[in-house]
Amino acid sequence: MRAYRKPAAILALVACTAFLLVAPQLFKPYGVFILSIWAVMSVAAIGLNLTLGYAGQVSLAQAAFVGIGAYITAWMTTHGWPFWTTYVLAFVVCFAVGWVLGYPALRVQHHYLAFVTLAFNTLLYLVFRNEEWLTNGIYGISNIPRPSVLGWSMGHPHNLYYFLLAHMVLISIATWLLIQSPWGRAFIAVRENPIRALSLGVDTRRYTLMAFAIGAGIGGLSGSLYAVLVQFIDPTPFALGATPTGSLSLLLMVVVGGSGYFFGPFLGAVVAVLLPEWLRFAQGYYLMAYAVFVIALMVYCPTGLLGLIDRIFASRKKPSGEVASPAKTAAEAAQ
Amino acid sequence: MTDFIQLFVSGLATGGIYALTAVGFTLLWQTSQTINFAQGEFVMLPAFFVLIGMGYFGMPFWLAVVAAMIVTVITLGVIFKRLVIDPMITHGVLPIVIATIGLAILMKEGVREFYGADAWPFPPLAAATNITIFGAALAVQSLVVLAVSIGAVIVLQLFLNGTRTGRAMQATAQNANVARLLGIPVERMILYTFMINAALVMIASLLITPIYLAKFTNGELLGLYAFIAAIIGGFNQMRGAIVGGLLLGVVDNFTAAYISTQYRLVVPLFFLIVIILFRPQGLLGRVEERTV
Repeated sequence: MRAYRKPAAILALVACTAFLLVAPQLFKPYGVFILSIWAVMSVAAIGLNLTLGYAGQVSLAQAAFVGIGAYITAWMTTHGWPFWTTYVLAFVVCFAVGWVLGYPALRVQHHYLAFVTLAFNTLLYLVFRNEEWLTNGIYGISNIPRPSVLGWSMGHPHNLYYFLLAHMVLISIATWLLIQSPWGRAFIAVRENPIRALSLGVDTRRYTLMAFAIGAGIGGLSGSLYAVLVQFIDPTPFALGATPTGSLSLLLMVVVGGSGYFFGPFLGAVVAVLLPEWLRFAQGYYLMAYAVFVIALMVYCPTGLLGLIDRIFASRKKPSGEVASPAKTAAEAAQ
Repeated sequence: MTDFIQLFVSGLATGGIYALTAVGFTLLWQTSQTINFAQGEFVMLPAFFVLIGMGYFGMPFWLAVVAAMIVTVITLGVIFKRLVIDPMITHGVLPIVIATIGLAILMKEGVREFYGADAWPFPPLAAATNITIFGAALAVQSLVVLAVSIGAVIVLQLFLNGTRTGRAMQATAQNANVARLLGIPVERMILYTFMINAALVMIASLLITPIYLAKFTNGELLGLYAFIAAIIGGFNQMRGAIVGGLLLGVVDNFTAAYISTQYRLVVPLFFLIVIILFRPQGLLGRVEERTV
């Protein structure tokens, strides 16, 4: 199976990279803007994939962290702070809040954890909406300045696109290194069998909290980038709901792409962010089709699109139609 | 004091609706480990069945309600189970959660696309008048809502405790394997709980839609309240869901009146977090065994 998979994966990766690099020449400004949104949402989904896919902790609060990051950058840059300070601060604050939110995960699991994080997200949305002295309430914060890198302004959409793409790539690489490190293995151990992991000397408590904190921190980075991109922040995108940035939508993104697969979040973001734009003529029907697709995917392949691809490769290798074990263990882990 | 009584009664009435929604929610959990994230939308949809019956087929209100009840039990009960839950029951909890989130989106967008995004008036079950008891002006509508929800719960209790089928359903909820050994048709019992859930959301829909008008977004908040009610009371106990629902309705009303309308959701959410952290089995629930 590996023999098939690796060249195909590398080929796909090269093709995607090439496409992303030349994309600004191919699209109108709006298309570039949508691709930029895709890059930002991919980052948010990478964070959630770390928490959910690798460490197995259900979180319905990722949008809250995107929101915290976005508000930090929005408020501080409009008050004269440089972007980079706010970027770092967004990570640090979200890391800390995520760490605290991880404590419930030490006591309860699965759907209870989903409800706690859901409650947290809703609480934070209320704060964004009602604390007008800080967030300007429903009127939002506008005219968020765009940063410059070494005197090179990000005012032009193309520059900004490459800027965001670079962030996405750097954050992905950092996450990749993290997953390959002993920490990543510890995350997976916590997901697969926490009791066994504990008996083997893995400090499950610390790694559970870490998984939440790092996932949240990456969410904060994505929020910071989001603020710079759209230049206007109001509470609506960070609610629970089905806006592309909402927590439920982010969760669907990760699961549809393939939770626990490194490239799952990127693919999920394509389905949730890019496809609706390309299929604009379908309007409201798109969301309905998306919903049906999600349900069907959960019925046939709960490991997501990448799990599906894995399975197709596996069944080609084994004509008996037996399902390959990686897909199976991932399915069990998703429970 | 009169204010207090008025708030208390109207809180109980909304609480009754939360309780109905939450009871169905816990029933599904107990018999088939289904966490239905679309429960709020389940309450939103039947009202539109009624409106379609009245508007497109020219039925009188009562006939439209009967027709809607049948359609609801078939679509949200039988078809929901057969088409969505059955195929993925072996996948575990998370895929079902994701799929029902998808279902919620589908129902919301479907109503918006095919019926419209407006808020439609809905015939109330009682006239909008008040009666005065102990100096407090109580809306007849609140009292009717409360009476109907209590009635529905009592009927359900009688059915579950008093009939053979009801007991078989309880046995299924407690331990499906033993129930199967005892010769109970477990599959059919699970199907019954889905149908009962559909009937309950239909009743809740009839009660709440006259108050909030029929709108495709009605389910969002209601679903959240149903979760909270179920968890506060105890996820694996029907009584818990009832107590949780009523408590939530009253607390919510008092918060809105005496503390802050903007932050009315905070108190229930805070309750939710505290309960989950310190008493995850809920106020009335029993501890579930953990599997290793």
